[in-house]
Amino acid sequence: MISRQLIHTFFSVLLLLGMALSLAAHAEDSADASQAKQLLEALDVRSYDAKGEAIKQLAQSDLPQKGEWLEALRDGRLQRQKDGGRFVIVESDQGREWPIKDAISGEELGTATRRDLDKVRINNQLRSQLQGLAATADLDSPDTGRREAAAKRLIGEVDETTADSVAVRLEQETDGDVKARLRTALGLYRLEQGEADAIDTLRGSLDPAVRNALRPIAAGDGPLADEARTALNGIEQKLKFNRWLQTLYFGISMGSVLVLAAIGLAITFGVMGVINMAHGELIMLGAYTTFVIQQLLPGQPGLALGLSIPAGFLVAAAFGIAIERGVIRFLKGRPLETLLATFGISLILQQLVRSVFSPLNRSVVTPDWLQGSLVINDALALTLNRLAVIVFCLIVFTALMIIMRRTRLGLEVRAVTQNRTMARAMGVKAARVDILTFGLGSGIAGLAGVALSQLTNVGPNMGQSYIIDSFMVVVFGGVGNLWGTLVAGMSLGIVNQVIEPWAGAVLAKILVLAFIILFIQKRPRGLFPQKGRAAE
Amino acid sequence: MMQDVQTTSLFKERSTLLVLGALLVVTVAVTLANLLPQGHPLYVSTFTVSLLGKYLCYALLAVALDLVWGYLGILSLGHGAFFALGGYAMGMYLMRQIGARGVYGNPELPDFMVFLNWHELPWYWHGFSSFPFAMAMVLLVPGALAFVFGWLAFRSRVSGVYFSIITQALTYALMLAFYRNEMGFGGNNGLTDFKEILGADVWAEDTRRTMFIASSVALAAGYLICRAITRSRLGRLCVAVRDSEARTRFIGYRVEHVKLAVFVVSAMLAGVAGALYVPQVGIINPDQFSPLFSIELVVWVALGGRATLYGAIIGALVVNYLKTVFTGVMPEAWLFALGGLFVLVTVALPKGIAGLLRFRQGQARTAASRQEAKA
Repeated sequence: MISRQLIHTFFSVLLLLGMALSLAAHAEDSADASQAKQLLEALDVRSYDAKGEAIKQLAQSDLPQKGEWLEALRDGRLQRQKDGGRFVIVESDQGREWPIKDAISGEELGTATRRDLDKVRINNQLRSQLQGLAATADLDSPDTGRREAAAKRLIGEVDETTADSVAVRLEQETDGDVKARLRTALGLYRLEQGEADAIDTLRGSLDPAVRNALRPIAAGDGPLADEARTALNGIEQKLKFNRWLQTLYFGISMGSVLVLAAIGLAITFGVMGVINMAHGELIMLGAYTTFVIQQLLPGQPGLALGLSIPAGFLVAAAFGIAIERGVIRFLKGRPLETLLATFGISLILQQLVRSVFSPLNRSVVTPDWLQGSLVINDALALTLNRLAVIVFCLIVFTALMIIMRRTRLGLEVRAVTQNRTMARAMGVKAARVDILTFGLGSGIAGLAGVALSQLTNVGPNMGQSYIIDSFMVVVFGGVGNLWGTLVAGMSLGIVNQVIEPWAGAVLAKILVLAFIILFIQKRPRGLFPQKGRAAE
Repeated sequence: MMQDVQTTSLFKERSTLLVLGALLVVTVAVTLANLLPQGHPLYVSTFTVSLLGKYLCYALLAVALDLVWGYLGILSLGHGAFFALGGYAMGMYLMRQIGARGVYGNPELPDFMVFLNWHELPWYWHGFSSFPFAMAMVLLVPGALAFVFGWLAFRSRVSGVYFSIITQALTYALMLAFYRNEMGFGGNNGLTDFKEILGADVWAEDTRRTMFIASSVALAAGYLICRAITRSRLGRLCVAVRDSEARTRFIGYRVEHVKLAVFVVSAMLAGVAGALYVPQVGIINPDQFSPLFSIELVVWVALGGRATLYGAIIGALVVNYLKTVFTGVMPEAWLFALGGLFVLVTVALPKGIAGLLRFRQGQARTAASRQEAKA
């Protein structure tokens, strides 16, 4: 009873709060709107002197839209509808039908032709005034993102009209990133003016404009050229380091995919000694589960993705258990036959998916919060979806480790692996352990599929492209060793990415395969061979 | 048991005679039927003749695989690679025979090289305009690959599923390599648009018939070679290795030498099959390297019955006939059927069709002996 009341009050308070907030926002909006309207009206006067005044006023105001307006005015895209007198911004004046939006609210208003609109006219003097103002206007914005974007635009664009105001802003600026950009912008301007100490401010900047500016100077003679050369060298070093980090990142993300794909196999192949050639297709089923759930929940890719994690696990685990019960259990102790039979199953599953979903690749929507990237600097950006896959892989790996080391199931699995007969004699139900182990391994394949759907398209052939790689990872790492799988997967991923730039993707893959084939000759039991009783 | 295997001559063996006889009958009958006028009820079209020729090449490939899988216990999931390499060697000879008749009319370079803006023939293409050289390569290239790969693998005692998986990786890597244009083997289009072989038009009916007969002869020869090996001392060593490798080693045999020798012979036979296949089909491309093809041919052998050789022939013919029928009538069902076949053969028919035949024979024999005993 009490709890219900509590919830009730809670919601009422929430509701009230929301109403208050929206009212306040509304009031602010309308105040802004009337001020904005006044400023715009002031622009649309006959006298160019008065217009100049109005532009100054606008630049000094703290309207969020002012940067956009100044730019539009400069380019002649700030116009007024003949019918109703509303101020609009022409988004593109290509062709006959121009897309327009409301200048104040930013609302899209469809299209208009030249005849429906009146341009707010300016002359050359105003144009040069606007040039500087438009570039720096956003620097006053309270939003750090906007300020940074404006500062980034300024790089290479600073001239004598804006240099002073940029310098002033640099003094006032508090945010480190914006400051760095402004310093670069100003440094480039000073460099153009031939100031030698400007190079110091440019050292270590990864902006391509800096490299372009330094290169011609470095090619010349004299002390300035030497300075420029050392600065350029420093930048190149830093750039190389960042590229190296980027390669490492791609390598780790590819390695995570390999680990996710292989770790289920490491359980079924390594722990149970069962070759499951349909493992790739279980990955595919996980990916298709994500696709289907997304189709069922249109417009909510985030929720769908969240749901597909358990669903992908369950679907793949169910298929895996069906395969174990229906086929593999009759082929105990005949690994080659198991291999063939499960290969047959993989063909059937592929064709099943082709018949049900069409042979074409399907794309799975990535939720907003997984799109985009974590920008570290100009040369290094970590894409969020890959980051998520890396984290996911580590979580799955840890969970699996805990299951194998700390739970009853893990204990029984290890017992059955080491000595099946003895384990049975001690009362372990080997058949049940088989089912659960196989379900677990297959379920993890499903999870790999869910993760993969965020990186590539989902198609009936996707399983096949992973099966050989997965086997390579397991064999390379040492059968029956989960740590080995992790190390092998990660290192193969990284090696692949390191070779790729100079050998091409295909050749890189061939080289890695050739390397593993040779490696197995040297160490047939992989990187981390099992020792003691566990080894046969 | 051992004694009576050795005392009877190879040509007095019942199964060998049956295989050779059946091959002879089919070859003669099909050739004659193809020579009939076109409207005749018994007429067999040249298309069918080439199709049968293709099946016979597959059968030879299956026999080669059965030699290593059935008798040596090595499951190679990369035998398609040897087949394809033999095919490419033949394809290169056929490409060189095109001469200036290509689309670009370049007398020296094949079309795809002109297209890629290459100016001279890569070194590994030299010599392929000579037929004897090309035929030597058909044997040597797959043989050399099998030798190097097998030597590395058997020496470090890679066996069982590990061997299967790395052979699969081998053919996969080769497929990726051959898909690259830079390799100089025509990229994913492969080698095609052949004009003549040994001066005869590749597409002429006479040539097609001859190639069919050649395939049949090659299959017969391949079968005899394999049978001779399996009946010999080496053959019994193979079976010993298959059944108990460690024991054979401890008795004092060099197991890896046995494996290597048989593996190389098998790869060469696969190469010959590929070489005969290419002119009849008119194209060789990297798809022949695909792991799917290699594993499909494993199921031919499994269905026919392992360690019988004639079973491999039966399996290859039956599965490929089914494939032709299925892909013609309802293509989407073929993979279901093939997948089902894999499961069925491994779970329910471990000895394949040959096993069924033998079982019947055995039943008949026991019935007969019972009757005798009663009488």
